[in-house]
Amino acid sequence: MLTYAEKIRELSAQLLREDKVDMVIGFRKGSLPMSNEPCMVKNPGDADKLVWDSNCGVNLASYLTDRKERIGIIAKGCDSRNINTHIIENKIKREQLTIIGVPCTGMIDKRKVSNSVDFDIIEVIEEADKVIVKGAGSEQTFDKKEVLRKNCEVCIHPNPVVYDEMVAEKVDINQDVDRYADVREVEEMDSDDRWQYFEDLLSNCIRCYACRNACPLCYCPTCFVDESQPQWLGKSTNATDTRGFHFLRAYHCAGRCTDCGSCETVCPMGINMRAFTKKLEKDCLENFEWQAGLNTEQRPPLDSFNPSDPDAFVK
Amino acid sequence: MKGQTEMKIIKIKKEAWGQGLEKLQSEFRLFGPVADKDGFEFKELAQGQLPVMDLGNTRLSAKSTVYPQTQVMFNYTLDESKEDHHIMKEVDLNGQPQAVIGLRPCDAASFQLVKRNFDNPEYPDPFWVRPYEQSTFVGLACDNPSPTCFCTSVGGGPYSENGLDVLLSREGEVILAKVITEKGEALAKAAGWDTDADENVFDERRDAAEKKITAKINSDQLKGKNANDLFSAPIWEDIAFACLNCGTCTYSCPTCWCFDIQDEVKGTEGKRMRNWDSCMYPLFTLEGSGHNPRPVKEMRVRQRFMHKLKYYPDKYDSDVQCVGCGRCIDLCPVNIDIRDVCETMNNYKPLKSES
Ligand code: SF4
Ligand code: SF4
Ligand code: SF4
Ligand code: SF4
Repeated sequence: MLTYAEKIRELSAQLLREDKVDMVIGFRKGSLPMSNEPCMVKNPGDADKLVWDSNCGVNLASYLTDRKERIGIIAKGCDSRNINTHIIENKIKREQLTIIGVPCTGMIDKRKVSNSVDFDIIEVIEEADKVIVKGAGSEQTFDKKEVLRKNCEVCIHPNPVVYDEMVAEKVDINQDVDRYADVREVEEMDSDDRWQYFEDLLSNCIRCYACRNACPLCYCPTCFVDESQPQWLGKSTNATDTRGFHFLRAYHCAGRCTDCGSCETVCPMGINMRAFTKKLEKDCLENFEWQAGLNTEQRPPLDSFNPSDPDAFVK
Repeated sequence: MKGQTEMKIIKIKKEAWGQGLEKLQSEFRLFGPVADKDGFEFKELAQGQLPVMDLGNTRLSAKSTVYPQTQVMFNYTLDESKEDHHIMKEVDLNGQPQAVIGLRPCDAASFQLVKRNFDNPEYPDPFWVRPYEQSTFVGLACDNPSPTCFCTSVGGGPYSENGLDVLLSREGEVILAKVITEKGEALAKAAGWDTDADENVFDERRDAAEKKITAKINSDQLKGKNANDLFSAPIWEDIAFACLNCGTCTYSCPTCWCFDIQDEVKGTEGKRMRNWDSCMYPLFTLEGSGHNPRPVKEMRVRQRFMHKLKYYPDKYDSDVQCVGCGRCIDLCPVNIDIRDVCETMNNYKPLKSES
């Protein structure tokens, strides 16, 4: 991991020095264990601040939306797919970007780690594939794969699909992972159980919209939940309104979601709202053989029209 | 202080604790920390339910016990066959008295800070003031502060009594209760807690707990700075870059008080309510004309920190509008840390100008 960070610093400083970009978007070290802060670096001398470890789960493509500068951006697998989606959707131009690709070994689920130890965490160290968690007078070691985010456990695109530079050799991909066990489990429930499942899932949502704001797909200048003239959705903690938000947001992401997990990573309440987007991701794969953001040539299935579509209703 | 009583310390054994709470429930609505999925939050306690007293602070603050995320203020009917149609009727604010059990001293102090806003002599806000006045605050001292607790640098402390009617300190199964106000005394009496403790360990435990606090902020230079200098300082782009404008910091903060008033009508029956709002949201300042005076996130982030660390202390001639609970630090998904921002503001020196 260290070498990743060193390489990132070197490449970033070089891009800035040679005036190939106006800024580099990456991560700097956070003030808490298991937290890094997205940042931009404008001077080659500041490239030293850039870090890389397993706490870079926030999707940096979100920070590109409508920017006009020439930008260097650090991109793991999922970020790169969202960069492609941004390019297709005219949120950024490929010519503006120098993509520094990071072959990803998965990101840590901070909540999983905190819930697995019974002390206050003071420091977390990564050594090879081990995660060492330290508190005052206590220490516990995990295999990194035990504490990965759920989406990272089943990721089949950890290597950037588009890049100009790579910080290391591509990583091996585990292709036989069962990506949709969790979705099937919900699909197999009868309707009462499923209703209950979603009701429980959202019961403590505070409608802060962190999930939406962290999502690179949610860039609408005015989100439907913020429409106020007329108002589309109630603003209280009413359960129907909360569901309305989640269902609609998920459908807006259908065919575009890369399962980067940013939404789930940022939720202050620990809600697994990926249950919605993942189902749609699965449907897109099964119905349209589609995975989002793998290239810039094809538009997502739900925003393209094909005259030879087999379904009569679209004609 | 008003309602202050001669200091008294009571010993409450395990059985007496549960029995006392149950007794209280005939008179009070009780609120306390209860498990909620992988965290725990302040909720109304069901009959016989005990508050969680052996974990750290709740994920969200205790402000919801007086100021819930959604609060109905008025009801009305649009049914013209009714005599009082189209007339707003204030909800009954004279409900049962309530007691908030197990809130931490930081949350207790927060009520004193937001009181300046809701209970000002010119416009007292009955929807906050009434529930507040009907509340008895039974705090729980913190013997194991979390690494992000910095109450001691904002005028509080793990054993601070500010804003509390009773302060509890736990040792194993035994709870010691320091009765601070008349309200607290009445509550202890109603619960039947009356065994005098033989010794006062509060001072000792306070000193030990305070020593465990490692986090802090420095705001000593902020008072002397010019608000406009800070406002136009070239620090905000960098501070705000990562911010998602998610509002988590403000929703979880005990001292954030902003709300938005909404009407909802179902059939002919309507209600007017207020919901928490946040300066982090673009909609917060969007005007009817479509103009938005804070159109970009940098301005919104600046507003949050300037309000807490500069405008509030200047306006009320007080310390910062923060009780050091550390929630915004723990919960911010992109690790924007008020300690660092305060440090940057505190150290900021404007370039020398001629004037
Ligand atoms: S989802 Fe995949 S590409 Fe994204 S961080 Fe996890 S492992 Fe890496
Ligand atoms: S981030 Fe979590 S709490 Fe906030 S709106 Fe999304 S699901 Fe709800
Ligand atoms: S919690 Fe963090 S990201 Fe969210 S609005 Fe507050 S500062 Fe910004
Ligand atoms: S600003 Fe942060 S630390 Fe201060 S009271 Fe609010 S949530 Fe707690």
